[in-house]
Amino acid sequence: MAEIRNYTINFGPQHPAAHGVLRLVLELDGEVIVRADPHIGLLHRGTEKLAETKTWLQTVPYLDRLDYVSMMCNEHAYVMAVEKLLGVEVPLRAQYIRVMMDEVTRILNHLLNIGTHALDIGAMTMVLYTFREREDLMDVYEAVSGARLHAAYYRPGGVYRDLPDRMPQYEVNKFKNAETVRRLNEARQGSLLDFLEDFTNRFPTYVDEYETLLTDNRIWKQRTVGVGVVSPERALQLGFTGPMLRGSGVEWDLRKKQPYEVYDRMEFDVPVGVNGDCYDRYLVRIEEMRQANRIVRQCIDWLRNDSAKGAGPVITDNHKVAPPPREKMKAGMEDLIHHFKLFTEGMHVPPGEAYAAIEHPKGEFGVYAISDGGNKPYRIKLRSPGFPHLAATDELAKGHMIADATAIIGTIDLVLGDTDR
Amino acid sequence: MSARLELLCQNLQNVLGDRIVGLKTALGEVTLEVAAAHYLEVARILRDHPDLRFEQLMDLTGVDYSAWGDGAWEGPRFAAVCHLTSISKNWRLRLRVFAPDDGFPVLPSVVNLWNGANWYEREAFDLYGIHFEGHPDLRRILTDYGFVGHPFRKDFPISGHVEMRYDPEQRRVVYQPVSIEPREVTPRIIREDSYGDAGRG
Repeated sequence: MAEIRNYTINFGPQHPAAHGVLRLVLELDGEVIVRADPHIGLLHRGTEKLAETKTWLQTVPYLDRLDYVSMMCNEHAYVMAVEKLLGVEVPLRAQYIRVMMDEVTRILNHLLNIGTHALDIGAMTMVLYTFREREDLMDVYEAVSGARLHAAYYRPGGVYRDLPDRMPQYEVNKFKNAETVRRLNEARQGSLLDFLEDFTNRFPTYVDEYETLLTDNRIWKQRTVGVGVVSPERALQLGFTGPMLRGSGVEWDLRKKQPYEVYDRMEFDVPVGVNGDCYDRYLVRIEEMRQANRIVRQCIDWLRNDSAKGAGPVITDNHKVAPPPREKMKAGMEDLIHHFKLFTEGMHVPPGEAYAAIEHPKGEFGVYAISDGGNKPYRIKLRSPGFPHLAATDELAKGHMIADATAIIGTIDLVLGDTDR
Repeated sequence: MSARLELLCQNLQNVLGDRIVGLKTALGEVTLEVAAAHYLEVARILRDHPDLRFEQLMDLTGVDYSAWGDGAWEGPRFAAVCHLTSISKNWRLRLRVFAPDDGFPVLPSVVNLWNGANWYEREAFDLYGIHFEGHPDLRRILTDYGFVGHPFRKDFPISGHVEMRYDPEQRRVVYQPVSIEPREVTPRIIREDSYGDAGRG
């Protein structure tokens, strides 16, 4: 009789279900995965090393390029670490804007995750629906920061600028006639907050639509229930955070447990799973989108009242950290000097070390910043949530069929930019 | 200092005693420093002791202190820094341990205590060349196959040592020494404390 040997296959680095450039070496016994060895680093850009050669402010745009589907959350952890070292206060309005944009980002991230996860395991329609909603939120990103993806909107001490009073409008062109443009612009007549409020009114219905498509879908359940089960003990051992940890039934959410910014003023619930499989993690993400929607609404209410009162500042008035307003810079000597020093030499951060963590859509995103008192960081370590999750692929995939590998990659919400840094 | 951090420091003092080399609270974070010889033992106590209970290793990273403050650093060059979290107690701790030998930095591995440390230690090995004794699979992780050197060390240039290009004659990709000039737009400056408006950074 012929000797039976395990078969090794190479999944990726260019594979439509690999969510980027992941090379997965799978050792198979028939169709069963015996060992999965992810080879990462194909998207390693050395962000942490680059940060050491840039001033504290110049590093912010690099953070967008880590997890390129939840841009502002990455910036958030970084600016929080810098603010901690500097000891600057962030104006309340900026804190609300940050929380609102963080939750918009969370919805963006989960929409992408659920859409592509479903696409990977055979439900084509989902991605079409979720990208429709992502488009609206991308417009929000563009309106506040000027960029759809790489916002660079959060700055040490606050946010770059206040929310815009009007939304950009569509214009008639050879692809869109006047009627289509009128319909598209209907929600865009007011300010950004009006547009976002209109979105939050519509969004719960959209989530219901996703749930009708997936939650009770027999094929979806066959592909996800009981796949990639993690017990709560193992999840803690492996360093899981975010939906991966909550899916296993551990109630741990930094927004509740160690609140930052104004999360302690927000009303929201933290969903947890029971079985710790792909299906439970999907349910957690769906519910997180609904909760994020709730938080966005609360922020809109507050920001609108604040705007009615004339709106407070959105960035600190400590001009060693944040530049003075343009008009003042043109008229005042001291402001001109501040502006010049800030954009040539950069800010000086007192020596010390700080670790700031936020509840990123994928889990805990932490920034460990060490300063030796210079105008550049001495060392920045980015604790990306995807890294320990991907490290656990072997344990998650072992004993499953090869087709489940895509389900597992989908459920760990893999973005290689974030894992490889 | 908040009461909870004080309690944590108190517990650490009581449990670890003279194994503590340094215990500092700054910016609302507790930093514990231990000797490499006690590292593994302390890590186990931190995880298992009922008054501490750090179930989760959030992060483990290497740090190269050799360029600190324009050459003002004295002491060992490489350190591993762990960030621990306790889910049940809801507190955090930073644990730093210096590798005794600068030429060949070796530290014990904590993979058996926190399985999540596996890739973090591989990363620290890859980028800083810190060897973790007892690690089951200490391979490079982020750099290219066949990469030479440890890129995050302070003496490794930002442009690297080699670059890659396609050679039409040999009809394959070849490595050659880097041809780009190193360029620094903003120099690194550390100002004295009284520079500008003192105390505001």
